[in-house]
Order: sequence, then structure tokens, then C-alpha cells
Amino acid sequence: MSPTQKRIKVFTLSTCIHCKKAKAYLSECQVPYESVDVDLMKGKERESIIAEVSRYNPRLTFPTILIGEEVIVGFNEEKVKKALDQ
Amino acid sequence: MTPEELYLILSRYAQSQGFQLNKDKEMVLEILAGLLENERRYGHRSCPCRLASGVREEDRDIICPCVYSRQDIAEYGSCFCGLYVSGAWNEDQIEKVSIPERRPPRKVALQ
Repeated sequence: MSPTQKRIKVFTLSTCIHCKKAKAYLSECQVPYESVDVDLMKGKERESIIAEVSRYNPRLTFPTILIGEEVIVGFNEEKVKKALDQ
Repeated sequence: MTPEELYLILSRYAQSQGFQLNKDKEMVLEILAGLLENERRYGHRSCPCRLASGVREEDRDIICPCVYSRQDIAEYGSCFCGLYVSGAWNEDQIEKVSIPERRPPRKVALQ
């Protein structure tokens, strides 16, 4: 897979297996990404991140993955691969 | 308690309830490490795949096994996290899908 130029951001929980799998897959694809463990945040910072995740995914589930303009809820390898390839 | 110790306890629990732990033991041990981390952090074993408030009363529905697990196992063969599964799921007799969140959005912790 060729490295994508799209901005990739992953909202995760530090304890979540599906979040870990999502990050491992992105690393395997050798694409740069930013990730935030929402459960480790506190106070205003936490409120602000939760508001941000809710804009993309009102159910506030994890991982919430942004690849360019696309929002992928949960880790689905096929969907992530497709979004990276597009 | 270690994830391995919890694994033994929950294997017996799952069996007593008519379901099983996911056959992917490595994944299960990771989930259990998350559960134990939440217990250390909040004092209760809230689902490691959901955002907890840390307040027991608010997290009551997502204390593992969560109140949604039985319905998810019945419908999809697996709980939201993939910890508890049906025999058919472990035997690859049903399609493995990502489990949609059943928890009402208003219950998700905002604090």
C-alpha cells in the first residue's frame, strides 16, 4: 500500500482492544497518524475532545477513525484499507 | 490479580452462563488487562471498550459483563468487546461482524 497523504486521526481508549488493533494496522500500513486516548484526558481537555469526537460520531464509540474526510466507527480493516487507498 | 488469574475465573463464569470466552486467548488477555486497569482506576471493572465516567452509578450498565452482553451474544454471537462469545461464534459457524453499540448515547460519560 502506498503511503497516503490524507490526515489520519484516531480517537481511542487506552484500554480498548479494538483501538489497539486499529493503531497496529495503521502502523503496519506505514501511514503517519495522530492518536488520542480519550479516557486518559481530564477536565476541560477531556470535554473538548469528547465534543470533537461527538461531532464525527454522536454515539461516542471507540475507535473513531478519521481518514481525510471519511469517518470510520470501530475497527474494520477493509474499510480502513479502502479509505487509505482512495 | 493478573489477567491470567482473571481468565481462569471468567472461563468458569462464562461456562456457567452458557457462553464462552473468545478462543483468541491473546486478545482475551489484553481485554482482561484493560478490565483490571479500569478496576485500578475507578474501583469497578467497567468495559474496557467504552468510555467510563468513573462514577459507579453512571457506569453500572457497562460493568463487565455489561447489561447489553446477553442480547449482543444472542444476536451477533459476541459481546461488544469480543470477550464473551457463543459456541457457534468460537466455532466459526456465524459471520463475525463489528458489534454495533447498544448503549444509549445519553448514557455515555461526559465528565
